[in-house]
Amino acid sequence: MSDLLVELAGVSQYYGARQHQFLAVQNVNLKIYDGEFVALLGPSGCGKSTLLRIVAGLMPPSEGQALYRGQPLLGVNPQATIVFQSFALFPWLTILENVEVALRARGTPDKLAKTRSLDVLDKVGLDGFETAYPRELSGGMRQKVGFARAIAVSPELLCLDEPFSALDVLSAEALRSQLIELWTGGGLPTKAILMVTHNIEEAVYVADRIVIMEKEPGRIVAELKVELRRPRFRKGTAFLETVDRVYATMAGQTQPENVELGSAPGQEGRLRLLPEVSINNLEGLLEHLLKLPNHREDIFRLADELKLDSDHLLRLTEAAELLGFATIAQGDITLTSLGETFTEAGVTARKEIFALRVRRLPVIQWLVDKLRSADRQQLAWNKIRAELAHAVLAEEVENQMDVAVDWGRYAELLAYDDTKEMLYLEPVGATI
Amino acid sequence: MRPTLTIYWNTLLSRFFGGGTSPSRRWNWGDAVALVTLTVLIYVGVRMAFEAPAVIRGPHISLSPEYLVLYALLSLTRMVAAYALSLVFTIAYGYIAAYNQRAGQFMVPLLDVLQSVPILSFLPIVLLGLAAILPQAVAAELASVVLIFTSQVWNLTFSWYQSLKTIPGELREASSVFSFDRWLRFKTLELPFAAIGLIWNSMMSWAGGWFFLMAAEIFTVGQRDFRLPGIGAYLSEAARQGNLYAIGQGLAILIAMIALLDQAVWRPLLAWSDRFKLETVGGGSEPSSWFFGAWRSSRVIAPAVRRFLGAIVASLDHVIGGLIPSPRNNENQQARLHWPSLVGAIIGGGVLLYGTYRTVAMLLDLPGQEWATIALGLLATATRVLAAVLIALAWTVPLGVAIGTKPRLSAWLQPVVQIAASVPATALFPVLLLALLALPAGLNIAAVVLMLMGTQWYLLFNVIAGASSVPQDLKYTAALLRLSRWQKWRILILPALFPYIITGLITAAGGAWNASIVAEYTEFGGTVRSVTGIGSAISIATARGDYPMLLASTLSMVLVVVAINRMVWRPLYRLAEERYRLE
Repeated sequence: MSDLLVELAGVSQYYGARQHQFLAVQNVNLKIYDGEFVALLGPSGCGKSTLLRIVAGLMPPSEGQALYRGQPLLGVNPQATIVFQSFALFPWLTILENVEVALRARGTPDKLAKTRSLDVLDKVGLDGFETAYPRELSGGMRQKVGFARAIAVSPELLCLDEPFSALDVLSAEALRSQLIELWTGGGLPTKAILMVTHNIEEAVYVADRIVIMEKEPGRIVAELKVELRRPRFRKGTAFLETVDRVYATMAGQTQPENVELGSAPGQEGRLRLLPEVSINNLEGLLEHLLKLPNHREDIFRLADELKLDSDHLLRLTEAAELLGFATIAQGDITLTSLGETFTEAGVTARKEIFALRVRRLPVIQWLVDKLRSADRQQLAWNKIRAELAHAVLAEEVENQMDVAVDWGRYAELLAYDDTKEMLYLEPVGATI
Repeated sequence: MRPTLTIYWNTLLSRFFGGGTSPSRRWNWGDAVALVTLTVLIYVGVRMAFEAPAVIRGPHISLSPEYLVLYALLSLTRMVAAYALSLVFTIAYGYIAAYNQRAGQFMVPLLDVLQSVPILSFLPIVLLGLAAILPQAVAAELASVVLIFTSQVWNLTFSWYQSLKTIPGELREASSVFSFDRWLRFKTLELPFAAIGLIWNSMMSWAGGWFFLMAAEIFTVGQRDFRLPGIGAYLSEAARQGNLYAIGQGLAILIAMIALLDQAVWRPLLAWSDRFKLETVGGGSEPSSWFFGAWRSSRVIAPAVRRFLGAIVASLDHVIGGLIPSPRNNENQQARLHWPSLVGAIIGGGVLLYGTYRTVAMLLDLPGQEWATIALGLLATATRVLAAVLIALAWTVPLGVAIGTKPRLSAWLQPVVQIAASVPATALFPVLLLALLALPAGLNIAAVVLMLMGTQWYLLFNVIAGASSVPQDLKYTAALLRLSRWQKWRILILPALFPYIITGLITAAGGAWNASIVAEYTEFGGTVRSVTGIGSAISIATARGDYPMLLASTLSMVLVVVAINRMVWRPLYRLAEERYRLE
């Protein structure tokens, strides 16, 4: 049995002050062993980056314990470094200085810091760029500097926070294979890697073990060992099967309506947030499904056909499911007859159907109720925001309201005046 | 020029409604404490003033040219001293406000209030207060430095505070993960990140500082002559003697000094600081400086200076690195009430309460008709400020739009405007008096003109920036839609200018209130003239040694200006931000 490096035991994380506390992460248990490459996979807002920061010691968990080699973490974990999504390079330092500064901060003498930095830069293929500034480099090369800086200090644990998601497809691909080459070829001083991502294929490509998270609240829902041999080929049958399996787990299963819709803000039970999608995109998805035989498709194949990343696609399928336009089972999405009718209808009829469905959503229903009981059936944006803040994570409040207003406007249930920041009930909305 | 102006504009914005106080922030207890603290400070100043000597003899000012250079250097020294003080204060105050949550709750509103207060109204109190405890020459010197300091420091502090608050989370996390100690964090993260804002704000501060220095150097009321040997006093003496030749010389030296500082210090610093831009993408035009270019390409000086600076940083590393413990492992020190801070808060609260009580007691002694004088004065000054602002609007909007939309015109008008704007209006005031006092209602006109001179440039710069920010696509659209000239102004130009005009007006009005202190009361050629106004009320109270009146009028002015800021400008600014901002 290899050494246990990281152990999270019953970790929960709350955000916000006492009255408006939110559970960002709930009761997470996670172990990372020497020699493992673990991917934390989940939709945005599931708390995966929070977990990464807890493991790195940047924040203490609100509940539970974060242990490293059996010792509780106090402050920053000296054995861990992070590669950031936005690279987090100092723009005013050269490439070499960016790496050197990490070594010097740990007390490496200047001369040694320089030779070691040059070594590492050479290893990641940045030889010749030492005196360049980050702004002179492409995104992919900048992230190489990010990697160089992180491995220069020889950490036992390398934490990767969506390191490829700010890159274009080709650079991401190149950097991923390079990382895997270094990792499997023993070119890294690192004992384990923890990577956060929302990209399913990426997770299957790099990881030995995938930990799948779900949101509301953020928690681990499944773990999956990936036992494919390396190098892995994206078009191989075994690879595709694994990806499909992960899609099926993440897309979930359409539940009975009352479970699916969740409960309204402020009520008992699980609050189902509105997925952030534009109606245009949703219509596009439905129209695509309508053209397919049996109006059905494998979700994983859809991603390819529509050229969407998994995160966006899963939000769209979630919306279609929530509105009753589609059902999801075993990784397949199927248009319902309501979905067919909607997609075949003209603009006005579409709006009517949409309005009927949208009213059933607890968040919208809650909003309509609030407006109906308000004076002159209008409410200030700030007031609604304050009320919603009791039930939704602070950063989510504005998004939820935007989506609700967007959908409500399309359904002609709500009107919004941006100058006065007032939300109104349309005459139709008043009659339900 | 365009990016430069945009940055300038943003600097102005941050000067007034910085990130720490979002425009939608309502009054809270922090504001109340800040206002009370300010009140008590003013009271303490007035208390000290009781002991001020009744007669203060000013220095002898010589108009001979060799003295002129000396005077210029003396003025410059005061500026440098105040600026150095400002920087030290800025770093310390900003650090505490940004990193100590509890202190920040009080320190940020205080900064916010101080930023919108007419600083020049403190001049008499500071002068009298210091004159009571220090020898006269020292008191006046110190007062001028204190005054320049108070005029320079707030926007610098705000800029620094805001930078500290807006450092991207991942850069901060990177410095924690790679275990930077405080000094390394300061040197590689915080200072570089704040550099551009600090430099722009320094330029603003220096421009403001000259305005206040000139005011301080020429300040005389009744038997008390607070003048300082300096270029401002030289100009006022020259005007008093009607010596046009000396006036010309003085102005030439002043402008030359300001222009030299701009070309040899600020522009090179700006060009150098371009590397501290956060955006990691290249492109866009960069600030340039011939001086910096020449310096960098020289083979002897540049490396030598660089080596010298490198050695300084290295020794600083050695000294400070040893002094400051690394902040690791004790980052989460929340929710613990420290004994010392609790005791400090109680004592501070007690002092404030007692001070407020004494202030109110002194104010209650003031007869009712004095309050009537104050109210009338506020009204009169407000009218003058309004007049100045309206006149400024009337000419800057058409001209600014012309400059902003026609590159060729802008090429030769920009430098002219910049030089004109660089002259501190207060330095010209004695000259103005010379020209205008003979007219009927001369001082009234001179007061409005002084306000105008001090403030119209802010407005003009903003209008130019606004006009040049209108996207070409929208201009084409306006042409394609065949909008008439009037429609084009109503639908496109004025809405696009609105946020810029508001920003300019805020600065302009603030400057105009300040100007009232020197503009409404003057001794020229041995005769005292004054017009009704809050500025003259303050000056007359200073001349007479009427301390309760000095306290009441200064406080009233501060409160009215702060209130106008909150109740008129802030909502307008919010409206501009939300509705008329062209992304």
